[in-house]
Amino acid sequence: MKKLINKPEDVVKEELEGIALAYPDLVKVHFNPNFIYRADAPVKGKVAIISGGGSGHEPMHGGYVGPGMLDAACPGEVFTSPTPDQMLEAAKTVNSGEGVLFIVKNYTGDVMNFEMAADLAREEGIRVLNILIDDDVAVKDSLYTAGRRGVGTTVLAEKIVGAAAERGYDLKRLADLCRKVNINGRSMGMALTSCTVPMKGEPTFELGPDEMEIGIGIHGEPGRERMKIKTADEITELLALSIIEDPPYRRTVREWDEDKGEWVEVELEDPPFKPGDRVLAFVNSMGGTPDIELPIVYRKLHEICEKKGLKIVRNLIGRYITSLEMQGCSITLLRMDDEMIDLWDAPVKTAGLRWGM
Amino acid sequence: MSKNEMTITKDDIIEWLKATAAVLEENAQYLTELDSPIGDADHGINMDRGFKKIMSKLPGVEDKDIGTILKAAGMALVTSVGGAGGPLYGTLYMDAGRAVAGKMELSADELVTLLDAGLKGVVRIGKANLGDKTMVDALTPAVEALRKALADGKDLVEALHSMTDAAHKGMKDTIPMLAKKGRASYLGERSIGHQDPGATSSYLILKTLMEVIESRHASQ
Repeated sequence: MKKLINKPEDVVKEELEGIALAYPDLVKVHFNPNFIYRADAPVKGKVAIISGGGSGHEPMHGGYVGPGMLDAACPGEVFTSPTPDQMLEAAKTVNSGEGVLFIVKNYTGDVMNFEMAADLAREEGIRVLNILIDDDVAVKDSLYTAGRRGVGTTVLAEKIVGAAAERGYDLKRLADLCRKVNINGRSMGMALTSCTVPMKGEPTFELGPDEMEIGIGIHGEPGRERMKIKTADEITELLALSIIEDPPYRRTVREWDEDKGEWVEVELEDPPFKPGDRVLAFVNSMGGTPDIELPIVYRKLHEICEKKGLKIVRNLIGRYITSLEMQGCSITLLRMDDEMIDLWDAPVKTAGLRWGM
Repeated sequence: MSKNEMTITKDDIIEWLKATAAVLEENAQYLTELDSPIGDADHGINMDRGFKKIMSKLPGVEDKDIGTILKAAGMALVTSVGGAGGPLYGTLYMDAGRAVAGKMELSADELVTLLDAGLKGVVRIGKANLGDKTMVDALTPAVEALRKALADGKDLVEALHSMTDAAHKGMKDTIPMLAKKGRASYLGERSIGHQDPGATSSYLILKTLMEVIESRHASQ
């Protein structure tokens, strides 16, 4: 294992120490339990947006803390979800009294830890709602799996919902907006190489020099299918068509019902893409793929979207949700309406995403 | 000592936690290797970290009752393990602790109550069914075997052997299973042929309980 680290067990701690020193105008870092939060938190009159997950996906989530996006991010160990005490302390720190929205990627561990955290926060009198992001079309089935994973749409949801919170949306309206972003976003990723968790020291899976893995998640977990490597155009087509031609996706998720005061099962369905849809096209590097290759993917994605009658109204290209040093990419298409476009364009000032301020 | 007289003391429970910490440290690499092909290669590391946290919290509760000790252990796991393992194992120990609140020693039947409560907690939050390729596949037959062995009149040590054997079989039975819960479920058919890491750690924890009780029994 070759990594720019000191000791494997100190990676997350030292990363956080560096972030605290690098961006003091934007964020503060709390240790034990660990979380990154807005330097000006709690922001009066604003609902707080908190996300989190395993480390190793940088800049997500810590790099998205700041005005116009997240109020706090809770990093777990590498590829391991954070623990409830982190989210609880973060919620207590950034809650202005208007409540807290947890944006949670649909992984068994993340879901359980954020649900426990929400229960604990409510016991302390903080209003909390959890919204899941589950946009990975590589997972076909919700009945015999833990359901679709939360991937690229998470970044877009954090930006759009963060902007809405800044504008004064209340907690309920933010939860509805976040759910809307989620059901309109679809993603799929692929890997050219595996990645190495520092504490493990060995690649999580082996890929031959002429192989690629299609349908990977973001934790170095193997994907749906292994095949011989293809050209960028062929790979882009494979991912893009899986997304564009994905049928309606139905599943049941757990959300907190404030009126009933209990967790309830909510049925959600993602409407498929259709000609005329306006979309945000997001081409993301898994970490190790250099910037020179991403426009090559975007070029083909643009062509496919045109052919399918999808109008790309915004795009995002770069390294935004990664899997350590893995080479590969993911594509996300998010169907946008006027409200979402307007919120996407709103100013944001974070270490990982910044415009308009 | 006859079958009805042997009890599980508070010191046994403390010894069980300490021995489990040692066993999980020893097996951290093994569990993580099991987690690599079908998970995310962190189960052994996470459990090791969790039980080290329990070790650091034990001195503060050692003079308390078994319920309090187990609840503290569960809380330590919830706040240190992360992943799905944190809430699942944390709930197992916390619910087990609640089931024997206030007790300084347990009868064999109360040990069943303790383990059964822990198992029910895991099922409640993990929603896994038997055969989904999870820790439930080791725990369920183990608790059942313990209950049955005691009902059949076996002494505690014998019954704990039956429990451990059942957990071992349950763990091995996960190999041909198709995962339906957790991260392994994303692999579909490719999850077949791999032993579930969670079922394995559950087996190790139960086996350690048997060894602790057996070794005290042998020394008396």
